[in-house]
Amino acid sequence: MSDSSLENLPKGWKSIPSDLGSDQTAFKGVQWGKSMMWIFLLSDTFIFSCFLISYMKGRASTVVEWPNPSEVFALDFMGVPVPLLLIAIMTFVLITSSGTMALAVKYGYERNKKMCGWFILLTAIGGLTFVGMQAFEWSKLIHEGVRPWENPFGAGQFGSFFFMITGFHGTHVSIGVIFLFIFSRKVFRGDFDTGKRGYFTTMKSDYVAIEILGLYWHFVDLVWVFIFAFFYLW
Amino acid sequence: MSDEYEHKIEAKSDYVSDASSVSTPDIDAVPESELPDQDLYHSHSWWTTYVFSQDAKYIGIQYALTAIGTGLLGLVLSWIMRIQLAFPGLGWLEPAAYYQFVTMHGMIMVIYLLTALFLGGFGNLLIPLMCGSRDMAFPYVNMLSYWAFVVAVLVLLASFFVPGGPTGAGWTLYPPQAITAGTPGSDMGIILMLISLILFVAGFTMGGLNYIITVLQLRARGMTLMRLPLTIWGIFTATVLAMLAFPALLVGCLMMTLDSLIGTSFFMPAMVSLGEKLSYDGGSPILFQHLFWFFGHPEVYIVALPAFGIVSDLLSVHARKTIFGYRMMVWAIVGIGALSFFVWAHHMYVSGMNPWFGFFFATTTLIIAVPTAIKVYNWILTLWKGNIQLSLPMLFSLAFIVTFLNGGLTGLFLGNVTVDVPLSDTYFVVAHFHMVMGIAPILVVFGAIYHWYPLITGRMMDETLGKIHFWITFVGSYAIYFPMHYQGFVGVPRRYFEIYDSPYIETSTLLLNQFITIAALIVGAAQLVFLYNLITSVRLGKKAEKNPWKANSLEWQTPQMPPEHGNWGKETPKVYRWAYDFSVPGAKEDYIPQNQPPSEIIGAKVEKT
Repeated sequence: MSDSSLENLPKGWKSIPSDLGSDQTAFKGVQWGKSMMWIFLLSDTFIFSCFLISYMKGRASTVVEWPNPSEVFALDFMGVPVPLLLIAIMTFVLITSSGTMALAVKYGYERNKKMCGWFILLTAIGGLTFVGMQAFEWSKLIHEGVRPWENPFGAGQFGSFFFMITGFHGTHVSIGVIFLFIFSRKVFRGDFDTGKRGYFTTMKSDYVAIEILGLYWHFVDLVWVFIFAFFYLW
Repeated sequence: MSDEYEHKIEAKSDYVSDASSVSTPDIDAVPESELPDQDLYHSHSWWTTYVFSQDAKYIGIQYALTAIGTGLLGLVLSWIMRIQLAFPGLGWLEPAAYYQFVTMHGMIMVIYLLTALFLGGFGNLLIPLMCGSRDMAFPYVNMLSYWAFVVAVLVLLASFFVPGGPTGAGWTLYPPQAITAGTPGSDMGIILMLISLILFVAGFTMGGLNYIITVLQLRARGMTLMRLPLTIWGIFTATVLAMLAFPALLVGCLMMTLDSLIGTSFFMPAMVSLGEKLSYDGGSPILFQHLFWFFGHPEVYIVALPAFGIVSDLLSVHARKTIFGYRMMVWAIVGIGALSFFVWAHHMYVSGMNPWFGFFFATTTLIIAVPTAIKVYNWILTLWKGNIQLSLPMLFSLAFIVTFLNGGLTGLFLGNVTVDVPLSDTYFVVAHFHMVMGIAPILVVFGAIYHWYPLITGRMMDETLGKIHFWITFVGSYAIYFPMHYQGFVGVPRRYFEIYDSPYIETSTLLLNQFITIAALIVGAAQLVFLYNLITSVRLGKKAEKNPWKANSLEWQTPQMPPEHGNWGKETPKVYRWAYDFSVPGAKEDYIPQNQPPSEIIGAKVEKT
């Protein structure tokens, strides 16, 4: 749909009945891939909600005391245990990578190949740093005797939920990082300018793909905020 | 929009009578195309055409055949269970095998047959054709979806061959028993089942995204949401439900896999097994029940809503009559779908809940009866004074209404806590859910296959064989399930591998068990007639003319029948109305296809749609 005909459509609340009552598309001017990512993220939201609600239920119904997060997740810094130090840095890195992703999308739509590619790469490095720090945190906890089935600090479910949920989130980040690297290569190679056809899908490349990947990346960040709140602050 | 058409039609006729020279606007106008023509994948070899196909029609058929093949296994399992129940003296099954068969029969029928057939099969086949698009939005992902389903089925079947055999935990897979020694398949079988389910969910998600986006973003010019055939509304809403319900199953399966494999205690309380204290401690078995039924109840409607949609279309086409209350039908589908997320704990009345919880869930459960009743009334009112053709699809649709009503009424009993508690875990429950989500949707599946067979193969299925199949299936399933209601009332428990002569069980139920089994075997044999008909009609069936049922919806309006790759030849269709203009006064034919321009039907009193 051309931009000029999009501007003639009703705005605000009136756009809802007008779009839903129209033919062909319900989301006017939105590419299929982008609408697909939104629906997928809605489904993924339900997955993470199920995880977090299960965690709340599990934590509420254990018979043994839950470990104290500010002690378990503390990091020794110059001999002083600082609660939530590592996790604060991890969160900062991940949120920053959301910022660089947004810039990548912006430069993509401006057809600024170089800046777009570099910012995607920067985002990928941010994601990789996050996963790396998570691996460090995992190994630290494992070193201290925390296992998925037991831990020295309290209820065994602590380790179960912690490793499962951060692991599931970390898998999301890792998948995102893989795609970020692939996309940065595609950007530098100019696939999105030439509309090169995808190796698997045989569909034409378009800069909107970067925004779609961006949606996923922001979602993963947003989920982390909830995991952070529920695991480290509760 | 339609007001304009009406208005313009009048203007045109004025023009003819007055012979004035005022130029009239084009009455056949539809909105401009918003999107360029779809960029399609064109296969170039036998493998990419028939095996790794990216054409939704082929994927639909692949899905349907795989699902039916798996369903046949489920059917055979049920025969063997029935023989065991009726004639325990033959000793066909050990108790362990009986539980394994119960479990696999249930899981196969609900997930791998009905869900895959309705959404993967009919969804892929009908969504692009009925929406007037060339293919699904993402053909490659669609192909992956099918192959993920195939792998899921293979993993499921593999569980028959591992040490210990498939899981015998019942299709609900409740922990702790599902993964504790003593339950058949508690180590390997259950793991394969969980992995298979996780694969199924992953595959379904890929397909479901396709179905949703195709319906929302890929419709033909003039095809508004309120002009979609109810089939599409049913499949679409069911897909939305599945996208929101399957996450709970996925999470539950993942957690139980971890409980079983690495010894976490998500669902496992402290237990003593075989005299030894297990290493599990502090988990919550009820949590799994909540996760499972948050998926499990919407799942009932994931199976039922496509059936509702399809049967509405079959009734309208074969009664040559407009569907009664189209908009109410749409809102009822959407309303049932939304409500289905708020009733899950009615499966857990005996799990030990706060009584207020039971009260809440009983109330929401009974509220669902309202939109459901709207649908049943509307089906009957569609038939009212219709020109009913007793074709095979119509026979199956009529049988569906009766069967669904039957199963629905027993649902009202079971939805009430006070009635449910004594009936829980008896054959009454078995009879209820087989009527409402087994027989009823399967009758629609048969009707739909007889209806759309010519669209797929270009030939009709044999009418006589079809009628034999119909009458045996319809009458036979009542012979099977009606006695079970009685058995439930006298307290015969479900999931017992042998009902023997005991002071607690009425002797009449023993004879009934034999009667049910004989009926089940006869009904099973009738399905062989259906299979024979299905296979031989591909070559021997009567050649079908184009649009053999004189239907209005777009899938019958393709330039070729069966439709070719890309469905529509040069140009995708333009849609002027809904799919239900049958027997319109003033029209030449008794049907007006959705893509017939208004200029060709001047004088017909079409409804505004």
